[in-house]
Amino acid sequence: MARRKKKQEIFALGNEAVVEGALIAGCTFYGGYPITPSSEIMEIMASRLPAHEDGVFVQMEDEIASMGAVIGASLAGRKAMTATSGPGFSLMQEHLGYACMAEAPCVLVNVMRGGPSTGLPTSPAQGDVLQARWGTHGDHPIIVLSAADVQECLEMTIKAFNMAEKYRTPVILLIDEITAHTREKIELPNPGDYEIHSRVVPSMPPEWYKPYEETVRGVPPMPPIGSGYRFHVTGLTHDRNGYPTSRPDEVDELMQRMHRKIDQFFYDIQLTEETTCDDADVVVVAYGSVARSAEFAVQQARESGVKAGLLKLQTLFPYPRRAMEKLLAHARTLVVPEMNMGQISREVKRVNMGRASVRTINRVDGQIITPSEILKVIMQG
Amino acid sequence: MKQPMELQRFEIRFSGLGGQGIITLGKVMGAGLALGHGYNVTQTQSYGPEARGGSSRCDLVVSSGRISFPKAESLDLLVALSQEACNAYYPYLKPGGVLVIESDIVKQPPTNHYLGLPFTQLAKDKVGIVQAMNTVVLGALTHLLPFTVQRVMRKSMEETLPAKIRAVNVKAFNLGHREAKKHFGESPEVWGVAPEE
Amino acid sequence: MNEVTGNEIIHQYLRHNKKFPHVLCAGCGHGIVLGSLIRSVHSLDIPKDDVVIVAGIGCSGRLAVYVDFNTIHTTHGRALTFATGIKMSNPKLKVICIMGDGDALSIGGNHLIHAARRNIGVTALILNNNIYGMTGGQSSPATPSGSTSMTAPFGQLEESFDTVSLGQGAGANYVARGTVFHVQKLERLMCEAITKPGFNMLEVLTPCHTQYGRKNKFKGPVDMYKWLKKTAVPVERYQEMKEEQRGDRIPIGVFTDKGNPGLEERYFGLKKELLAKQQAAEGK
Ligand SMILES: Cc1ncc(C[n+]2csc(CCOP(=O)(O)OP(=O)(O)O)c2C)c(N)n1
Ligand code: SF4
Repeated sequence: MARRKKKQEIFALGNEAVVEGALIAGCTFYGGYPITPSSEIMEIMASRLPAHEDGVFVQMEDEIASMGAVIGASLAGRKAMTATSGPGFSLMQEHLGYACMAEAPCVLVNVMRGGPSTGLPTSPAQGDVLQARWGTHGDHPIIVLSAADVQECLEMTIKAFNMAEKYRTPVILLIDEITAHTREKIELPNPGDYEIHSRVVPSMPPEWYKPYEETVRGVPPMPPIGSGYRFHVTGLTHDRNGYPTSRPDEVDELMQRMHRKIDQFFYDIQLTEETTCDDADVVVVAYGSVARSAEFAVQQARESGVKAGLLKLQTLFPYPRRAMEKLLAHARTLVVPEMNMGQISREVKRVNMGRASVRTINRVDGQIITPSEILKVIMQG
Repeated sequence: MKQPMELQRFEIRFSGLGGQGIITLGKVMGAGLALGHGYNVTQTQSYGPEARGGSSRCDLVVSSGRISFPKAESLDLLVALSQEACNAYYPYLKPGGVLVIESDIVKQPPTNHYLGLPFTQLAKDKVGIVQAMNTVVLGALTHLLPFTVQRVMRKSMEETLPAKIRAVNVKAFNLGHREAKKHFGESPEVWGVAPEE
Repeated sequence: MNEVTGNEIIHQYLRHNKKFPHVLCAGCGHGIVLGSLIRSVHSLDIPKDDVVIVAGIGCSGRLAVYVDFNTIHTTHGRALTFATGIKMSNPKLKVICIMGDGDALSIGGNHLIHAARRNIGVTALILNNNIYGMTGGQSSPATPSGSTSMTAPFGQLEESFDTVSLGQGAGANYVARGTVFHVQKLERLMCEAITKPGFNMLEVLTPCHTQYGRKNKFKGPVDMYKWLKKTAVPVERYQEMKEEQRGDRIPIGVFTDKGNPGLEERYFGLKKELLAKQQAAEGK
């Protein structure tokens, strides 16, 4: 057996791991505006990208502009990203919708801090979960991922780019201040450890190309602008050629396809991780840094004889319904700890449909939920 | 390398004033423990309003197993390099935890059980630059902590520092180690309570 | 240079699979701007594949869909942000933004001044019809004080922007103003605005009778073109005029022309240096 090459280890911040992941995934464009606690991502990009073979970095005038530049770069054929935090995330909503409509792949990292408004700039929260899902107006599909520790920041950033490219959609990665600002030892993957996906480009001659055509996967091929395929991109509802339309049949076709392309690939998109769930009576459903506390609590509960398990959500939306369905066969209680007033717990309750009893733990004081807080609720059964 | 000893969860806080190199100290030690000694380490630090107004804080959680909760809550070791920091964080020290202070600056320790050295003066007199004070502390702690190996920590420090300032820092590191050996005694004795949860 | 052979060349550049007729009112000046743009690109001999039209939202923004270039119809006021991403991604492309006065000066004002300051190599065409056309005639930042609009039924109290001084103040590399009445001059200005390096801004005065003229005592579109003819004077002449002669005359022509390299040029220059340094370090 060939010996596997030893991986390089680094001691890095969550925010640094995001950059490492992005560069591994092939990101060559960053446009952004500084905001705590996401700024390190921008600062590291500012030093890495100009010295990178093909990297482009621009500091924009605000977050609306950042997202605009990212979409522009995406249309020009690049893997592009931005990162921000609460107030900036609100400003990005306008162009997030545009990216959905134009089907421009891109990655948006939101390092969650306390809100609303300027809120708690340096404290963690998970208050933007539903905003990530529904923040931009209109019915739209979106992929929202999360990361619980520094290693996962790297992994989920790679996955975010892969999904963005595969499904021609913006992908939001939600991390929180704790994960972003914690330094940990992580392993940098060797080349080839991760499958890296890039958008499918058209192979037909330009005159046959229809930029928003119905395809089996629901994802039309996408050429970079300037490559000979001249077409129209618009935020207006459009037909297969990309031209504005309000014909009900054409409008419906577009909307259905846009949703279908995300929904039908649930097995690729809806990521979760289970810890001692197989026989669990009590299952903690958690994500982000809270999932770390939950893992510890579950372990302690097991040690004292309670059959507890953890369902860690790596994908928040589309909500991993199937993974939870499975656990409902034996779980009597679901515990949902969140650093908000109850956002994912709505999804949990929706899927649960009254089967198990759902207990929420909500904390909005800018402090992380501790293992003992979760353990207490687990022990109550 | 193989971990020198099994650790459940060991929490360290470095605290003091901005400009004392507190964050660098934490980062270098964290990287040394994580990459050099093979432990799991999480490092967090003060940000925002807390980081302004001159105060600075940097925490490490060190463990052999996975660290579920990344923040330091109940300290095994508090390093206080200013009176304010000492006052603010002493309550977080757990029973049996060790307080290390800069004895010229922290004039009024909250307890009689502490270890002190004039780190700043040492750096100034024996290394020639005040800025190497944090490395003197690092050297001293490397002696003090039963799970750190001098050679490994020094190598790891050298790897993280730019070539220009490597030599002075090695000097400062060795000085700290020597001084601690002279004044703090052998490490296992100092740690009245074995580090465990 | 291509010999411009009249109107038929326009048909080489229109998208015939697009559902014509277009959305513009009879007499609207925006169509003339599009005609000038096509003739300029044609005379400059730029391949269609290299031209990217990035349009904002408004009647002006709708122009993009009709022409056979790479066209992007963006969001209200933000065309320049997309354009920045595109130009930085692929500096070879000729990126031309089409924006309305509300688009560029109100909701997009911040993007405009920063694109100018940054000197990104983009051509910004600001189609100034003194009003929000598409939404039905509300005041824009270019609505002259004293005129009426749907949101200033008793007369506009606020002062309007002078687009040219705004661009100059923000540091634009090239600033010019033309009108849809003075078409030949407009095409000359447009050719310059497309070929010069850095951020080039061209304001085009274009009448909107439907939403502005009717409410402001212009009998018909023709009246508005006559007004343009009378009001616009070449900037060289304007500068020689005495204060009392100037009245409400509007200078047209080139106001600033610095010729500085664009941001993308400087960025990729920097990259080259950094990469060379890296290679040298690795070689050692
Ligand atoms: C964020 C946002 N706010 C408002 C609108 C509505 N809107 C569409 S076009 C327009 C004004 C267009 O006026 P102008 O830019 O002067 O262009 P014109 O139609 O006159 O060519 C407005 C306010 C919008 N599309 N988006
Ligand atoms: S409303 Fe005005 S700007 Fe819009 S098409 Fe009609 S004339 Fe042109």
